[in-house]
Amino acid sequence: MSAIPISSSSLAASSVTADQGLAAAAAPRDEGTGSAMSTPSMPSKDAGRPRAKHDASPLVEVAGLTRVFDVSKPWLNRVFERQSKQFLRAVDDVSFTIRRGETFALVGESGSGKSTVAKMVVGLLPPTTGSIQIEGVDLADRARADDVRRLRNRIQMIFQDPFASLNPRWRVEDIIAEPIRAFDLADGNAAVTRRVGELLSLVGLAPADGRKFPHEFSGGQRQRICIARALASKPDFLVCDEPTSALDVSVQAQILNLMKDLQDEFGLTYLFISHDLSVVRHMASRIGVMYLGRIVEIAPSKTLFSNPLHPYTTMLLDAVPDLHMTGKVHKQIEGEIPNPIDPPTGCTFHPRCPLTNARCREEIPPLRSDAGPDSGAVACHAVEERRTSP
Amino acid sequence: MSADTDRPLLRVRDLTVEFPTRRGTLTAVNSISFDLKHGEILGVVGESGAGKSLTGAAIIGLLEPPGRIAGGSVELDGIRVDQLDAVQLRALRGKRIGMIFQDPLTSLNPLYRVGEQLTETIRTHSAVSQTAARERAIALLKEVGIPAAENRIDAYPHQFSGGMRQRVVIALALSAEPELVIADEPTTALDVSVQAQIIALLKTLCAERGAAVMLITHDMGVIAETADRVAVMYAGRIAEIGPVREIIQSPRHPYTTGLMGSIPAIEGDQDRLIQIEGSMPRLTDIPTGCAFNPRCTKAFDRCRREVPPGLTLDRSRVACWLYDQEARNP
Repeated sequence: MSAIPISSSSLAASSVTADQGLAAAAAPRDEGTGSAMSTPSMPSKDAGRPRAKHDASPLVEVAGLTRVFDVSKPWLNRVFERQSKQFLRAVDDVSFTIRRGETFALVGESGSGKSTVAKMVVGLLPPTTGSIQIEGVDLADRARADDVRRLRNRIQMIFQDPFASLNPRWRVEDIIAEPIRAFDLADGNAAVTRRVGELLSLVGLAPADGRKFPHEFSGGQRQRICIARALASKPDFLVCDEPTSALDVSVQAQILNLMKDLQDEFGLTYLFISHDLSVVRHMASRIGVMYLGRIVEIAPSKTLFSNPLHPYTTMLLDAVPDLHMTGKVHKQIEGEIPNPIDPPTGCTFHPRCPLTNARCREEIPPLRSDAGPDSGAVACHAVEERRTSP
Repeated sequence: MSADTDRPLLRVRDLTVEFPTRRGTLTAVNSISFDLKHGEILGVVGESGAGKSLTGAAIIGLLEPPGRIAGGSVELDGIRVDQLDAVQLRALRGKRIGMIFQDPLTSLNPLYRVGEQLTETIRTHSAVSQTAARERAIALLKEVGIPAAENRIDAYPHQFSGGMRQRVVIALALSAEPELVIADEPTTALDVSVQAQIIALLKTLCAERGAAVMLITHDMGVIAETADRVAVMYAGRIAEIGPVREIIQSPRHPYTTGLMGSIPAIEGDQDRLIQIEGSMPRLTDIPTGCAFNPRCTKAFDRCRREVPPGLTLDRSRVACWLYDQEARNP
């Protein structure tokens, strides 16, 4: 955010896109006409700004995101046990952009920091350092609090556990109406009720289900309610933190199909977080692989699965059980994720990596990309040096 | 191991598990039958509420009251397990049937060192000295791949990571050299890379010992990697049982077909997943006839009226009227 004219014009831009978002909600998305309509009125200096409904424009830009948690023992314990403070870097220098209308996935094992990223992106957790920009507006920018507030209702989150994320004492209609009332999106109770009914039908439930309580629904239906609540404020960016990992496979298929349909209908942008590689492969257009708080590889979904570069990605893919019984021979996997309080020096993957050498043990590899923005980026010394042995 | 190789190690016939409640009796497992041969790995797969864990619990006699075996028989090597009293069951459990649970943190006692738990189990089932038991415990821990087992044996469960804890649980289950191991979702709480290690370990150790495994899981991928035969359960019944290759590559029961199609593939592109509409019925309102009929796209009259019996096709058994010629063309 350098010059004032740009930021004021992007302020206008954000309200324009909000209206477009509503229009897109009514009709199926049409990228061609959408951009054609908005381009003529756009000043030329703003041509590069995220404004039109165009796939290439970034909606979310995350740069250098880091989150450190203080996991020290209480002060008195530290005094007696002569211990210093302990910090856990849950997320370490994570950067990525998400383009409008795409699904960007973060995949990793437990403790990789993917959920912490999700919480920071929706604003549930302040970052220690780094910035999150949505449509060019920094969420931490106090000077632009009005813009940030306007953006808030366009970001929503779907949580992992549909049993814990719905208030058991509220009727479903009240749960779904809460964002509508909070953001003042409908006039009068009748309009709210109608909107809740619409949302329930949208996710495959009956409007009459609104009178029920969450416990009367199965896990899959509850996740549908969570999706309806998330859609209530007409968002265009949804952060989905393991939305199907608490569900059975046949129900998971229903929810994944629903999420894809909604994306096609409303042009939603997803940040999709999962530990399940096959789910990620199915949903995402681009994938970031996380290990101990860092992104070790970012690549388009197809490239990542056909040509994984980072040794950790290779290992993860190899560990996926072979469902179709092709007789694939698994390599023996070494070790487990180390303790994040005391991570290994250099590349954090080096104790488990078959390609480790002295440099890997000392120097943290940055995320490097050889070619254009559409190819992948990988954080590995061995890949950079084109080394295939230690 | 029994010299009589013709007789299956485990023979389950018409096993029924019921829960009496105020609103009537719920049948959670409904007359299921299967055999398990020595050294064989049988996968039991199904979604939550299918009754797969209860089947395992019934076999090892760990049903929580008020749940009870309401009918049928469980025979381990000729012994009617379902008719044993508590004392006899205790002697059998651990010794001849080992059990591995889903959550390794709750299946280990947090107040005892790992070594104490292992030696206690070893000494319960065989008359050895404390030192000998400890040596065996260390050997077992080494075998399940715990580095520096001599030192780690005196650690408490919370000092181990999830994968290491599950290794300890496997060591516990195998400590008395059981002939049958019941593993209930052994890898569900673990990360995918650790899961691969645990599956490989379980497979090798049981093969070395010739132990049969009943592997209960919701993950078809784990079954495909591990099992020799697989039983697909739905609403308390076995929908389809047969060799793993047959079931996975050419499933016959519409539920199995749907289940396989709903798993996103890691290779290849598909835009939409095959979805089975609806969800598994609650135990309080299991539909009449085939329990799957309201969700089945191929259901016809008879499916809504009569429960399909198990029909033998090739080496599989399928409970579906589609494969009964007479039912289709009366």
